[in-house]
Amino acid sequence: MSREILIDPMTRLEGHGRIHIFLDDDGAVDRAYLQVPELRGFEKFVQGRRAEDMPQITSRICGVCPMAHHMAATKALDDLYQVEPPPAGRKIRELLYSAFMAEDHALHFFFLGGPDFIVGPDAPAQQRNILGVVDAVGLEIGKEVIGVRKQLRGLVAAVAGKAIHPVFGLPGGVSRGLSEELRQQAAAAAARAVDFSQFALGAFRQTVLGNPGYAEFVTSEAYTHRTYYMGLVDAANKVTFYDGTIRVVGPGGKELLRFAGQDYLDHVAEHVEPWSYMKFCFLKDIGWHGFADGSASGVYSVAPLARLNVADGMATPRAQDAYEEFAATLGSGPVHHTLANHWARIIEMVYAAERMAELAADPEITDPQVRTLPSAVPREGIGVVEAPRGTLFHHYRTDGGGLVTAANLIVATQNNAARIALSVDKAARALIQNGRADEGLLNQVEMSFRAYDPCFGCSTHSLPGHMALIVEVRDADGTLVQEIRRD
Amino acid sequence: MTTMTKPKIALYWCASCGGCEEAVVDLGEDLLGVVEMVEIAFWPVALDFKRDDVEALDDGELAAAFINGAVRTSEQEEMARLLRRKAAAVVAFGSCAMHGGIPGLANLYESEDILDTVYRQAPSVGGSEGTLPEQECRVAQGELTLPAFSASVRTLDQVIDVDYYLPGCPPPVGLIASAVTALVEGKLPEKGAVLAPDVALCSECPRAATKPDKLLVRAFRRPHEGLIDPGLCLLAQGLVCLGPATRAGCAAACPGGNMPCTGCMGPTSNVIDHGAKALSAIASVLDADGADEIAARVAEIADPVGTFYRYSLPASLLHRRVRPAARQDKEEVAP
Repeated sequence: MSREILIDPMTRLEGHGRIHIFLDDDGAVDRAYLQVPELRGFEKFVQGRRAEDMPQITSRICGVCPMAHHMAATKALDDLYQVEPPPAGRKIRELLYSAFMAEDHALHFFFLGGPDFIVGPDAPAQQRNILGVVDAVGLEIGKEVIGVRKQLRGLVAAVAGKAIHPVFGLPGGVSRGLSEELRQQAAAAAARAVDFSQFALGAFRQTVLGNPGYAEFVTSEAYTHRTYYMGLVDAANKVTFYDGTIRVVGPGGKELLRFAGQDYLDHVAEHVEPWSYMKFCFLKDIGWHGFADGSASGVYSVAPLARLNVADGMATPRAQDAYEEFAATLGSGPVHHTLANHWARIIEMVYAAERMAELAADPEITDPQVRTLPSAVPREGIGVVEAPRGTLFHHYRTDGGGLVTAANLIVATQNNAARIALSVDKAARALIQNGRADEGLLNQVEMSFRAYDPCFGCSTHSLPGHMALIVEVRDADGTLVQEIRRD
Repeated sequence: MTTMTKPKIALYWCASCGGCEEAVVDLGEDLLGVVEMVEIAFWPVALDFKRDDVEALDDGELAAAFINGAVRTSEQEEMARLLRRKAAAVVAFGSCAMHGGIPGLANLYESEDILDTVYRQAPSVGGSEGTLPEQECRVAQGELTLPAFSASVRTLDQVIDVDYYLPGCPPPVGLIASAVTALVEGKLPEKGAVLAPDVALCSECPRAATKPDKLLVRAFRRPHEGLIDPGLCLLAQGLVCLGPATRAGCAAACPGGNMPCTGCMGPTSNVIDHGAKALSAIASVLDADGADEIAARVAEIADPVGTFYRYSLPASLLHRRVRPAARQDKEEVAP
């Protein structure tokens, strides 16, 4: 008798992400499908819009990571008009981008993914949220999370107009310069963020690394995939968010590719499945060979762990220390354990805060010269950044008057889509047996994709707390034989 | 304050980007104050209450339901109707719920064209040419389903009766806090009110003093084409700033970022069509003689629909692009 299990994370409200598990006659998992049932069609309705409006229009793809879309679009405009921002313009962009990365990573660690570790994967569902984290690490810390976030977002709003849906990106620079007063605010916010990131690292060490069961859990086969990895690196192969060269390494750690964002179509392709609105990216150089890992499959991964895997280290001192500790614990070369994303994310938080501090201390950043005016006739532009959730591509074609005629957007989570699908399938196979699944096991299945901090359709980001979950086990006739609710 | 005396509220999202939810989180410590004042009975993005919990409430038991996002799917429509029944007051929260928002620009295109663009025309699609997502798909292990993709984006009040409107993309934090306070204190205005100042954005713009009494624009320019003076009226600099036709309440955030207002707060009261109002406001400052010159000035505004109806196409008199006759029979949703 075949059975189906449906995990519908957003309950029956709006199917933003859904796991459908088919069992075989013995009650073992035959195949788990991860479906994304939503599409908004930005690629179509931006046609006819003014290119310079793209940073503001595309930020509405996601209100959680609007800065990532805003910045990828702004860089695509640089390329479209063939202009380079002056040094201060570029530095202001990277300053705000670093503030955004630090704040977003902190949100994920304390509100979303962290509870699974700090409170525990098997803890009761009602404790596995930010309140449980505060219980574990103290109320003062909870207040500091809110305080740091407020200060960083306040800075972004002061410079970029608004934190949610910024307006400052223009081809060749930014809309306004940074006053000395704002520079000092940025320096203060950065110093606080550096301290906070160090604290977060300490909290991770204490509550997670100090737990003897953790290493075994993180490195278990259920959460392991040997795939390719992609991310931006600087000239010294260090992790970078705002700009760099795309580097791809294989499952063994060998560099496969190194290319400019403008050449993405030579290397990145998307596979369409009829059962999901999300497209699945793969490496063109290897090809699509189905949902499989290993060096013969074009499936690759992005986001914090992938960025650390493609890099030789971090460009700032404290982040480098943290990176070395990470490598000493989990091994140098690519780390294939999906759950190590959480650790990688904190290391990146340290880097983002330190990078922000460097830029805020740079006297050149207050130079009033923040824009290079475009003069070229626009035709085509590509912009790439590392969003919190991975490499983000914006690609526009325009007419000679700068009206968009075609747009291609590959959002961070899409790059991870195939590997996330693999992770869910593998975790389900390992954890669900004999057709029975308890709530704790289902959370562990869910953890296999929460580690990627997925942003399905970039519209469906889950905020504080955790996702609601209903599991239905049905027999071949569709009769409900088991229901598990996580309330 | 005990739970018994707290008014219950619900927050729900339809088709939105999550920015409205982030704006609520941005209340920061104030959010803790809100939690003191009200009992949040339903907030799926943050808390674990389920649809069943909402269904178990008495009709009208919720003091208010704040609903953000436009309405696109049948699930969203059902939830909106359910919350309408359970809530004494429904607040359309943010540009998308109020006017359709930026995703409402999808109403310019047919859903089949959108699917074709995303899954067939995209230059990165490879190896699976021709495949489209299907509502019912047979896989080796059984059947998988997807909801239909609808290109017709509706505002909340095109689906249910709405009592109050909280504008903005996203609504400014101060207005959110005031709305909740007014709700708790029972000081809400008359039904249909927009919970924001009923004056034009120019009134709170730090550049207001530099706006000429008789403003005339010789030529319009686009933001990327020249440097923008951070102190002078943007319209007077020849930039299409929708401040004169847009409601205040955001402290002129975008002009504060040295960019023109794009109209996310919507119009002031008694304006039926924000885009038409904005177009007329801009037309009134045109300094042009004769048809040719007027045509030249208008041509400088490169994308009138995306400029004037950026956040309000679904709420506009037109609502959406007129469907070609051959496709009329497939129309799925009437405004």
